[in-house]
Amino acid sequence: MTSPSYDVAIIGGGIVGAACAAECADAGLSVAVIEAVMIGGGATAAGMGHVVVMDDSEAQFALTRYSQILWNALAPELPRKLEYEASGTIWVAANDDEMSEVRRKEKFYRAHAVPAAVLDARALAEAEPNLRPGLTGGLLVPCDSVIYPPRAAMAIFLNRARARGAQVYLGRFVTGLPGDGVRLRDESRITAGIVVNAAGSWSPALTPGLSVQKRKGHLVITDRYPNFLRHQLIELGYLKSAHALTADSVAFNIQPRKTGQLLIGSSRQYGVETSTVDAPVLKQMLQRALQYMPGLKGLSALRAWTGFRAATPDKLPLIGPLSPRSTANFIWRRDTKDWGSPLRLAPRSCL
Amino acid sequence: MPETIAVMVNGIHIAVPLGSTVAAALLNAGVTAFRRSVRNEARAPLCGMGICYECRVTIDGQGHLRSCMILCANGMDVRTDE
Repeated sequence: MTSPSYDVAIIGGGIVGAACAAECADAGLSVAVIEAVMIGGGATAAGMGHVVVMDDSEAQFALTRYSQILWNALAPELPRKLEYEASGTIWVAANDDEMSEVRRKEKFYRAHAVPAAVLDARALAEAEPNLRPGLTGGLLVPCDSVIYPPRAAMAIFLNRARARGAQVYLGRFVTGLPGDGVRLRDESRITAGIVVNAAGSWSPALTPGLSVQKRKGHLVITDRYPNFLRHQLIELGYLKSAHALTADSVAFNIQPRKTGQLLIGSSRQYGVETSTVDAPVLKQMLQRALQYMPGLKGLSALRAWTGFRAATPDKLPLIGPLSPRSTANFIWRRDTKDWGSPLRLAPRSCL
Repeated sequence: MPETIAVMVNGIHIAVPLGSTVAAALLNAGVTAFRRSVRNEARAPLCGMGICYECRVTIDGQGHLRSCMILCANGMDVRTDE
């Protein structure tokens, strides 16, 4: 039996793999997407869906800003079920140190033509009345938005690819990259000239030597409390805790969903392989949230879950050929910055 | 006659027997839409024992409380159909 053959085989049906599939199919290539478990069920479901401009480096800024412009341009045609909302971000400062970081960020964003406004304590309290009193201020970045990533992977990108003939292999597990395509667990093969490794934190299993580790995170979703929260709020301490590559940590990060629900994060743990909810970590994460928003205490949570994101030492995504000699195999190393990162990069195709 | 207390349901004072659950008081007052689902359908108690969450109402400004699990208190402000 001859194996099926495509121009491009994409490993991973997350938002990045699905976006690659859509771009490749648009470009007239024949495309296979191979997903082991479910579409948008890995890092895509572990993310908050925060389409946010980041400013850690010029490269990171350029990529996230470009991605955001693409998302915001798509906004008018996005189906309602994707829950797109231009809620904006407020980076919350709890002390003078964090306030000087607010001013630094504002300068950076302004210099890069991204609207941003410094809020003093009073303006912050007016913008988000459920924050505790006594915070120092914040930075409002109004162009940031929110989306529901698993549905975006499916409804926008994968369906677009399918409409142009892309084939989706669901429940098929890739065990190796023989050089002319991929090998599946049942020893069958899919032949492809280009292989895209978009397997997120599982990518090193297929491409040994990649410096990618699993980073576990928890999320909690509440019942519907419309108007409790207006913007996505992130404590500025987040940048310190989220970027550490060794220590486990939590940080206050909360997002209003279009349904009126509140999505609460964030935690990060390394060296953990089990996906079960870790009660002490969850408790620590929620206590952190309560420190910022005491009013959360009376609200009902519906569900808590975890997921694994891909973490790299320099915290930047890897996009491009696997080695200088290899032009055939590509890898997407997912951004490791935070929850929403694969998403921010998603509308960009690398090929 | 059992002792009665006064609670406010959607802005209207009603008298209920002491010891009533909020759900019982609302049903006796003729309320049928305790809350609205995501798709805006009216919902009312199903299990009556705290499991189904269909009977949620807003009590004293706090949303999504299970009316079948809470006893009426004098002066309580209950809002339904939200």
